[in-house]
Amino acid sequence: MSDFSEELVRPTTEDEQGETCVLSGTGMCFPWLQKHIETVGKTLVATGGKREKDFAQTTSACLSFIQEALLKHQWQQAAEYMHSYLQILEDSDSNKRQGAPEIIWRLGSEILYYHPKSSLETFNTFADRMKNIGVMNYLKISLQHALYLLHHGLLEDANRNLSQAETWRYGEKSSSKEVLINLIQAYKGLLQYYTWSKKKMELSQLDEDDYAYNTASQNMLNHSWKTSINLCALIQIPGVWDPFVKSYVEMLEFYGDQDGAREVLTNYAYDEKFPSNPNAHIYLYGFLKRERAPREKLISVLKLSIEKNMILHRKKEEHHKLGLEVLFGVLDFAGCTKNITAWKYLAKYLRQTLMGSHLAWVQEEWNSRKNWWPRFHFSYFWAKSDWKDDKTLACEKALVAGILLGKGCRYFRYVKKQDHQVLQKKIKQMKKSVKKYSIVNPGL
Amino acid sequence: MDLEEAKEFKERCTQCAAVSWGLTDEGKYYCTSCHNVTERSKEVVNTEAIPNTKIQAINRGLKRKQKLEKGWDWYVCEGFQHILCQQADALQTLGVGPELKNEVLHNFWKRYLQKSKQAYCKNPVYTTGRKTAVLEDNPSHSDCDSAPELLSDFSCPSFVESGAESQPDGHARKPFSIIKAPQSEMASICSGSLDGVEYSLRKEKGIVKMSMPRTLAFCYLSLLWQRETVTLSDLLRFVEEEYIPYIHAFQQFPEEMKLYGRDKGIFAIESWPNYEDIYKKVIEVATFLDLPRFPDITEDCYLHPNILCMKYLMEVNLPDEMRDLTCQVVKVTGIGEVGFLTFDPVAKKTETVKYDVQAVAVIIVVLKLLFLLDDNLEWSLSSIAEKYNEDNKEDKPWFDFRKWYQVMKKAIDEKKQKWEEARAKYIWKSEKPLYHSAIDKPVVHKRREMVVNLQKQFSALVDSTPAVEKKSPSSFQFNWTEEDSDRTCFHGHSLQGVLKKKGQSLMTKNSLYWLSTQKFCKSYCKHVTTYEESNFSLSYRFVLNLFSFLLRIKTSFLHEEVSLIEKRLFKKKYNNKTKKKSSKSRKVRRH
Repeated sequence: MSDFSEELVRPTTEDEQGETCVLSGTGMCFPWLQKHIETVGKTLVATGGKREKDFAQTTSACLSFIQEALLKHQWQQAAEYMHSYLQILEDSDSNKRQGAPEIIWRLGSEILYYHPKSSLETFNTFADRMKNIGVMNYLKISLQHALYLLHHGLLEDANRNLSQAETWRYGEKSSSKEVLINLIQAYKGLLQYYTWSKKKMELSQLDEDDYAYNTASQNMLNHSWKTSINLCALIQIPGVWDPFVKSYVEMLEFYGDQDGAREVLTNYAYDEKFPSNPNAHIYLYGFLKRERAPREKLISVLKLSIEKNMILHRKKEEHHKLGLEVLFGVLDFAGCTKNITAWKYLAKYLRQTLMGSHLAWVQEEWNSRKNWWPRFHFSYFWAKSDWKDDKTLACEKALVAGILLGKGCRYFRYVKKQDHQVLQKKIKQMKKSVKKYSIVNPGL
Repeated sequence: MDLEEAKEFKERCTQCAAVSWGLTDEGKYYCTSCHNVTERSKEVVNTEAIPNTKIQAINRGLKRKQKLEKGWDWYVCEGFQHILCQQADALQTLGVGPELKNEVLHNFWKRYLQKSKQAYCKNPVYTTGRKTAVLEDNPSHSDCDSAPELLSDFSCPSFVESGAESQPDGHARKPFSIIKAPQSEMASICSGSLDGVEYSLRKEKGIVKMSMPRTLAFCYLSLLWQRETVTLSDLLRFVEEEYIPYIHAFQQFPEEMKLYGRDKGIFAIESWPNYEDIYKKVIEVATFLDLPRFPDITEDCYLHPNILCMKYLMEVNLPDEMRDLTCQVVKVTGIGEVGFLTFDPVAKKTETVKYDVQAVAVIIVVLKLLFLLDDNLEWSLSSIAEKYNEDNKEDKPWFDFRKWYQVMKKAIDEKKQKWEEARAKYIWKSEKPLYHSAIDKPVVHKRREMVVNLQKQFSALVDSTPAVEKKSPSSFQFNWTEEDSDRTCFHGHSLQGVLKKKGQSLMTKNSLYWLSTQKFCKSYCKHVTTYEESNFSLSYRFVLNLFSFLLRIKTSFLHEEVSLIEKRLFKKKYNNKTKKKSSKSRKVRRH
């Protein structure tokens, strides 16, 4: 609301005009001058030569300090800089102010997730505050907040959060909002399914003649309706919704709505708009088998499923390509940086792919990552800390680093230099592999 | 209870699974068969886009009676007076004599008020005809007509007793009895001060309007008048280190001096002062005030290049022996003469000496004379010195440029890192939020509250160990002592390795020199040179970066000053304009 009035009232001070004079006063027109001004010009904005405020400059410096601290897992420092960065919410530049909450939420939740002094309450307060700064992020933050609570096993709190988000309304329904609402509802449905299946377990242990049986089954019934409402909206939208579909179908089947279940599964497997998903065919096949469908039908489904899978796995090598894609993707996440399995497989797949001389596949994945992975995974800092914490992990990572960055890379060099009796053989092997397969200077 | 309206809601009831909905008075859906009320409510269908909430809010703001804070009646110039007072007090605690505040700055300020026709004159110029009429009705002001004699009138209570804290007396106050501009009644344009709106709109030729950077110009002019041991770069560094109130100065206003609306643009700034900018403003203000020639800068003054060179040689850990050379350069170039050094706003309107930048430039020129700084000679001279030092451990060591580079590089990188970190952590926003208008006010307050709460949350995560105690202000940023083995002190090292005897005098071994700038613009623009970093040797760039960081100025600015010194030093070469490399070897006399 304020941005509007600020635009109106914004005074043009004399200083700004003064700056214009300085620029035009140079009286030169070297071709490189413009470029020079632009490079000097973190301080000079091209429009009229108005100087960027130091405020803008220090807050953006602050942001990079936070990012660096996060990369190095220095939560304490990150929190310190965060304290100053919050000022950006009061920036007089409305564009920056509006973009800030999302940045703050992402960085802040990361800090609070890992910081040793942080607690559940701190995180909850933070999330609640961030939800209510502006209106753009309410749904997204709510969903992420719920996932955080789920992660900590607080199903009821998560459920409450999702319910709140579900009923929240602001402005018109936009398509991006719709997807978020559907997701929120679906997660709520999944939680309800969880309670339902727990109840089902209880029920199976009860005697049918028991009085309690009736109330319990009534209870279950209520739950199933709520759940189906929540789940069915999401699975109409093209996407991969395996856990949601599975639980929805299970409930439908339980209450004898076979037609509904079949429709859902058929749709999920055959609708062209949905991404091809082998699981969808497996689900459908399983369902038809349970339903004792005629043999021919079963076979036709199976055939199609196999056909689809064949396309997907046409070659063993192509399987590797997908594997690479997944592994690279997994390791993009900060939470997975120390996952030894992922690193082990990545090292293995890289070697195999390069052995099969599919350099292009590796490069395809690597190109988008080569400007941030070195700092993210393969810095000197990480080499030291990984070696200290987990030597096997360090070895796997060093192999990957060597392949991707060449033997000059710091991570590789650090691990190579270490003298370790047990791992000696492994390091030797690693050196050999790097020499053979490194994608840097493939000619050598 | 409109069943028609509820038709679009087609989901099953969670209680009875029926699809039969009605709407409650609150707009929520309820099931007509089991009377279960849902959490869902009917969506309000907007015909307009989302921003209409904004319009609504603005409407509300306009409808609501203007609720602006009421405080004392105060004028913009009083605000500046208060800030100048704070700054003068701060300078005094830094060790500057009391005359600076009570006499010099006070008189400059009175002169400013008079020249800008805000006080001490009959017809304050910026008020409209109607307002002058108000003034002339009031005959008691005839005693204000006489201009204050510069530096003779010591008694203006309102200033000496810390500015606006005392309610301004009739002296400065009455001439301003202006009726607020009619626009200020509009909710969007307002100000806490009486003339804030008008002030921000004022654009008159020939009048230098007060601004935050200009308060520093006033401070520097007073320091210069008093020939204090503070250079402009020191002053600005003290501002950044918060020894002198600047960014947050308006927060020290008395509670009753309310500040909002247009005042925000006048007093609240979000940039630190910049050397070039303040330097320009110094000249501008001095010219506007029509100040007479300043007291002479003689050889015993701190601002004299010989003394400043010595200071900066110590600061950057260079041998004391270089002093002879800097004095020599100062002498040859004539930049040590009183006439050159003394500021005379009337005589030379467009220029004054940038004492600190110039002294540093002299040192750079001397370094170039001794070591050439072509990424070659300095290293081979270093190797010779290194070898000599190894062989003659008992003697006074020869100055080793490479070692000096290593020590300084490490020191400056650390310092820079700390400086950048401190800047990134700087808290700009004041505790009391400033708003532009009444509409803005609640939003701004809410936002502030949010930030404070979030900040509390994150500061709870920071270790409670107090930050390193703020060190006391000093004009030195480095401290080099003989004891510290890690940071070698080069003050006592000798230049023997780079000088050679010739008859009675000493000459630099190096007989070459390259000019930082080949040609100077002849045109009126007075532009000296443009610094394209990649065109220069690495060691020259290092030296430039080192010094420009110390002074917190742009490297190009310092490069320009170096070129100017060279222009004076090699006048002939520039006049001939034929040779690119000067092969002048210079004689250095020994004391």
